[in-house]
Amino acid sequence: MKKRIIAIVAALAVFCAGFWFFQRLLMPKYINDIIEGRLIADYYDNAGGNDVIFIGDCECYENISPIKMWEDYGITSYIRGSAQQLIWQSYYLLEETLEYETPDVVVFNVLSMKYNEPQNEAYNRLTLDGMKWSSSKVGSIKASMTEEESFLSYVFPLLRYHARWSELSGEDWEYMFKTKRSFHQGYLMRVDVRPVTTYPSKRPLTDYQFGSTAYEYLDKITALCKEKGVELVLMKAPSISPVWYDEWEAQIEDYAAENGLKYINFLELLDEVGIDFNTDTYDNGLHLNLSGAEKMAVYFGRYLQQECGIADHRNDPEIAAVWQEKVDFYHQMEADQYRELEEYGYLKSYGGRPVTEEGK
Amino acid sequence: MLFTSYEFIAFLGGLFILYYILPKKCQWVLLLIGSAVFYAWAGLRFLAYIGITTVTTWFAAVRIGAIQATGNAFYDAHKKEMDKDARKAYKAGIKKKTRVWFLACLLLNLGILAVIKYTDFVIDNINAIFSAEISFLSFALPMGISFYTFKSMGYLIDVYRNKAEAQGNLAKFALFVSFFPQIIQGPISRYNKLSETLYAQHAFDPLQIRRGLLRIAWGFFKKLVIADRLLVAVKTLAGSPEEYQGAYVVLIILFYAIELYADFTGGIDITIGVGEIFGIQMEENFITPYFSKNINEYWTRWHITMGTWFKDYIFYPLSVSQPMLKLSKWSRDHMGKAVGKRVTVYIANIVVWFATGLWHGAAWNFIVWGMLNCVVTVASYEMEPLYKKFHAALPATNRGWYNVFQMFRTFWLMGAIRILDVYRNVPTSFKQVGSIFTTGGWGSIFSADIAKLGLTGPDYTVLFIGCVLMIAVSVVRYRQKDDIRANIEACGTVAVTAVILALVFAVLIFGAYGVGYDASQFIYNQF
Repeated sequence: MKKRIIAIVAALAVFCAGFWFFQRLLMPKYINDIIEGRLIADYYDNAGGNDVIFIGDCECYENISPIKMWEDYGITSYIRGSAQQLIWQSYYLLEETLEYETPDVVVFNVLSMKYNEPQNEAYNRLTLDGMKWSSSKVGSIKASMTEEESFLSYVFPLLRYHARWSELSGEDWEYMFKTKRSFHQGYLMRVDVRPVTTYPSKRPLTDYQFGSTAYEYLDKITALCKEKGVELVLMKAPSISPVWYDEWEAQIEDYAAENGLKYINFLELLDEVGIDFNTDTYDNGLHLNLSGAEKMAVYFGRYLQQECGIADHRNDPEIAAVWQEKVDFYHQMEADQYRELEEYGYLKSYGGRPVTEEGK
Repeated sequence: MLFTSYEFIAFLGGLFILYYILPKKCQWVLLLIGSAVFYAWAGLRFLAYIGITTVTTWFAAVRIGAIQATGNAFYDAHKKEMDKDARKAYKAGIKKKTRVWFLACLLLNLGILAVIKYTDFVIDNINAIFSAEISFLSFALPMGISFYTFKSMGYLIDVYRNKAEAQGNLAKFALFVSFFPQIIQGPISRYNKLSETLYAQHAFDPLQIRRGLLRIAWGFFKKLVIADRLLVAVKTLAGSPEEYQGAYVVLIILFYAIELYADFTGGIDITIGVGEIFGIQMEENFITPYFSKNINEYWTRWHITMGTWFKDYIFYPLSVSQPMLKLSKWSRDHMGKAVGKRVTVYIANIVVWFATGLWHGAAWNFIVWGMLNCVVTVASYEMEPLYKKFHAALPATNRGWYNVFQMFRTFWLMGAIRILDVYRNVPTSFKQVGSIFTTGGWGSIFSADIAKLGLTGPDYTVLFIGCVLMIAVSVVRYRQKDDIRANIEACGTVAVTAVILALVFAVLIFGAYGVGYDASQFIYNQF
């Protein structure tokens, strides 16, 4: 009997070890391609001690430089952003973040109010796979899953990524048990420039009303911040695409007024911020490049200090020492990106593509 | 609940643990509850259909059994008092009484099957012939209705013929009808055989459980790694018959033969394996069918339980029925011995193959498929003397290489007939087979164009390795009485466990499942 139990346990152990090994191997590493897939997991190495937490989609993690905000104002901040982050994902990310720290201010980018139901499995994965297991992650998965998805495949990602066996590369082996440092407090740096040539037209919609689910989660975010004593600031980032409708703007303004929240629409402050879409975007106005993100940091940092009373920590040697290392890495990457631009004409190792390809 | 769903794995795991934790006397009850849950998963309303079949068949069989028992007891006690005619009359009286219950139950249940499965087919044909516009009734097909109806009717016929004892316990009979591993795609078990192990108490037997797990893992491998991967290419080829002609039709014959085999036998492997982990033995439904040397042999190796069902419950009874015997006599008298003896056999063959085609689906392609099988069967029978002369004149044709040729010939012949199942349209199927001889395109299937069928180079590599494994396993099975598991078991427990784990990981990694794959039912679920 004892022998039999040992045999069963041994077989199960081999199965579990094999499962774990193949899962590590087959999960995407997002090292040189779609690197935003690593954004969410990056937070856990930088959690705690932030004055400001930004939550939202790519309009957050590509449009504001927390390092510049530190350099100019001594504000410590982190962007919990991810690609096409839906509002319920923002809520659960915030819920999780507030378990790690209690910032003075949370800034939420309101673009995701336009989505009222789960959208896309691939984007879900970019947000959810990186989260550590918690009740927040479970809630976020349940709220986000499309019909084709199963909860089990989040618990065991091998069930989702098994088909990657045919596209494994050296990167998958190299980064099986480690990752690469790529972000600056959740900011994804791009120094290249691709100016706006045409402004997107505002295609009329049949219904401009934000959905009830979107409002439900905005209410939850508002309530959570109140409960934790955190000031909530609503923001619309200065991306010109996708378009932001006046009808949407009115609804957010009303919501902010009704709930006593600050709301800044940076699309209306382009001149004040100094955004020039000839030089400050790397993809036709969807996202800002480093130049634009730093301008945003300068403006927003001043706003946060003046309007929200965020303190300057530059004279705190302990914090300054930690942040100095981040600043060094930031400038090191900045220099490297400029070097690549000069050498190759595009950001070869940072997700850029040759100009001819981008022009397609 | 598909066998390949996460729900089924969890369901099976839970049931397995309970099965060996609870007292042994509860095992069959647990299986009944499990079968009810499994069936209800497809929709609670479907329980009514299987419930009606179960209750009516059980009741009719019990009545038949009671009449037979009472009648036989009386007969045994009084037969000395009766003369020959009285005995005959008494027996006929018993038969008459049982026949009422038998026919009522048979007609009711076959009627349910016919109405649910074939009404729309009849309406469609009436509309086409008379340009009518009768609306379809669109009945939802209860899961496994063909399988459980045939299983139940087989039991009823056996009881009626005194070949099986009526099961007095309704719950036990309900388990026989609804036993969950079999409900989707068979095998169509006989009551006498299955009841031997179904209601027995089973101790935890590691050897038996390992055997079962090995069979289950192999079934999942065939279904998910081979069948569902090939499904992509088969769908592409079948979806554009105008585009894929000539050599591509040969390719689809090959691909579909592999897909159907891997799909159906994979499902049966899972079924038999699941039975084994519960200590329940089921009959084999496939024994290396693609190694058959002729169509008759093929049908003794492919979907065996369906073939024997039709043979035992339709072919033989029909052949020896009074009208057929009369017809046989009349034919011999009027057409000579040679022709006369064929008439009834061929009529019975036509009926059986028509029914087999119809059983597979309510569509003309299935009926034509059945009739083509009939034509080839009859032609083989007619050509037998010629074959004998041929083999006598050329003794070399009795050797191994000719056997291989015969297998090759049968494989492609059955594949060509099966094309009716691929296109599900009779004219298209014939047109496509015709294009093999009129359209070329052989270069295309050996070029990069093959990658346009939805499969990549690595996919073809996996398929190739999977097929090599399937063939190797089949060769071993063909050469010895037992399957390859006996060889693996001979290598020890570690070897069995290693093979199970290897298959599990192969399925987990190379299986065509999850997001990005079109989840597919087992093909035979539809029949």
